[in-house]
Amino acid sequence: MTTLPTQTDKKLGLVIDLDTCVGCHACVISCKGWNTENYGAPLSDQNAYGADNSGTFLNRVHSFEVQPEAADAAAQLIHFPKSCLHCEDAPCVTVCPTGASYKRVEDGIVLVNESDCIGCGLCAWACPYGARELDQAEGVMKKCTLCVDRIYNENLPEEDRQPACVRTCPAGARHFGDLGDPDSDVSKLVAERGGMDLMPEQGTKPVNKYLPPRPKDAMPEFDVLAPFLEPVAQEPKGFLGWLDKTLEKL
Amino acid sequence: MHPAPSVIFFTVFSGLGFGLLTWLGLGYPSVTGWTAFAFFAIAYAMAVGGLLSSTFHLGRPERAIKAFTQWRSSWLSREAWCAVGALVAMGLYGAGLVFLGERYSLLGIIGAALSMATVFTTSMIYTQLKTIPRWNMPVTPVKFLSLSLAGGALLSGQVTAALVLLIIAGAVQLLTWSMGDKALAASGTDMASATGLGGIGKVRAFEPPHTGTNYLLREFVHEIGRKHSQKLRIISLVLMVALPVILLALPFSHFLALLAVISHVAGVLTARWLFFAEAEHVVGLYYGKR
Repeated sequence: MTTLPTQTDKKLGLVIDLDTCVGCHACVISCKGWNTENYGAPLSDQNAYGADNSGTFLNRVHSFEVQPEAADAAAQLIHFPKSCLHCEDAPCVTVCPTGASYKRVEDGIVLVNESDCIGCGLCAWACPYGARELDQAEGVMKKCTLCVDRIYNENLPEEDRQPACVRTCPAGARHFGDLGDPDSDVSKLVAERGGMDLMPEQGTKPVNKYLPPRPKDAMPEFDVLAPFLEPVAQEPKGFLGWLDKTLEKL
Repeated sequence: MHPAPSVIFFTVFSGLGFGLLTWLGLGYPSVTGWTAFAFFAIAYAMAVGGLLSSTFHLGRPERAIKAFTQWRSSWLSREAWCAVGALVAMGLYGAGLVFLGERYSLLGIIGAALSMATVFTTSMIYTQLKTIPRWNMPVTPVKFLSLSLAGGALLSGQVTAALVLLIIAGAVQLLTWSMGDKALAASGTDMASATGLGGIGKVRAFEPPHTGTNYLLREFVHEIGRKHSQKLRIISLVLMVALPVILLALPFSHFLALLAVISHVAGVLTARWLFFAEAEHVVGLYYGKR
């Protein structure tokens, strides 16, 4: 049924730290690596080695330049990983005509039952974040599963029971947990750092939160040594001065 | 949005087909026998042809039957039910007219209502999308319904009704363009809200996440042809409304009526191409493309 649950027992999701992300795209690669050989159809590539290559990815890293208003402030470069935000009010779920898209009551993960998907693409149209991509080889909709086949997988060592993107992030910019529990580590992190929603005006109530970049500190003025560092001689004097003038005349 | 030919063909011809079925269901023109057969054949060719065309944009058309299951929540599923309901009701009503020479008027009225419901549900598939502010307006279903009724009147030979409805449909079309041009700005969604970084300063897309293209760019970030949009708007309005109105206002002849229909269909196809090509999906903001 593609109606949304009124509430979910947990709100599993990601917290992405825009201050820490270095834009290495390791999460993109580990996501594709895990998800192409596990849950559902593989993530196909088209013309992978040609000039106009494209493929299905569940996680992509944009880079934005932000120019502060102050005239002397330097522009900031912010790397911006983006994947499904597992919205509480997920518009992609309710538009689905076949019931293939659904939001799980137990943990709030939004999934696609690929054997029911007709590939109409309407869920991707309804998603403001571009989190869903229609796989060109399989003809079905692919999206982040929050690595549902890792997080509950008792065949994996305990430290691996988190989404592949979180496990691989070398900068520690990605965090996974229950955002419905105010005492969870991720909820505390969101409260401490002022975690935000993307496009709140779309009314999707995303579970995933983004931590904004910390304010940049300003370089203090060092006036103590500055007077001693002034250039001593502006014009050459003495022998060098005579040489300079003489050579000038030649 | 990518103006996919299959979806343009589907919305235009199912709109015309169900518009014609609506007029036939209400008994305009009141025909029986082979004349009725000809009218119903045209209506079914358009409505069913349009619906079949819509399956060409599916990734898995062989599972299309599953689209009937979610009528409680999905407008696409409701459209499937209304379309089948309208085609069955109008099929029985048409069989009565053609083979028995009987007009079951209640069945015709039910069929006409279901035909309009089909057009309405089609329009709601687009109207419901908050991600495309240009479509997310109450005037969108009014446009689809007025165009369908006007096209139906034209096809069924209701000259006076067609004249009035074509002018109304043209006015509604102008209204959707003027409102639609302001819709994205009015929605409040911009690069600042998309990234949450607007508080720091002006946000600019610096590097896209991928060097090649992808599904999102192909499907949602169509920008080709927008520079000609004003010219195409005028062309579509002339073909869709102005020329058919002039042709209908002249002394009636079947040849002029045929010209009016051809001109109207060409105009609606142009306007529908623009409906998709001009629609800005907010995901384009992440690529700095708006």
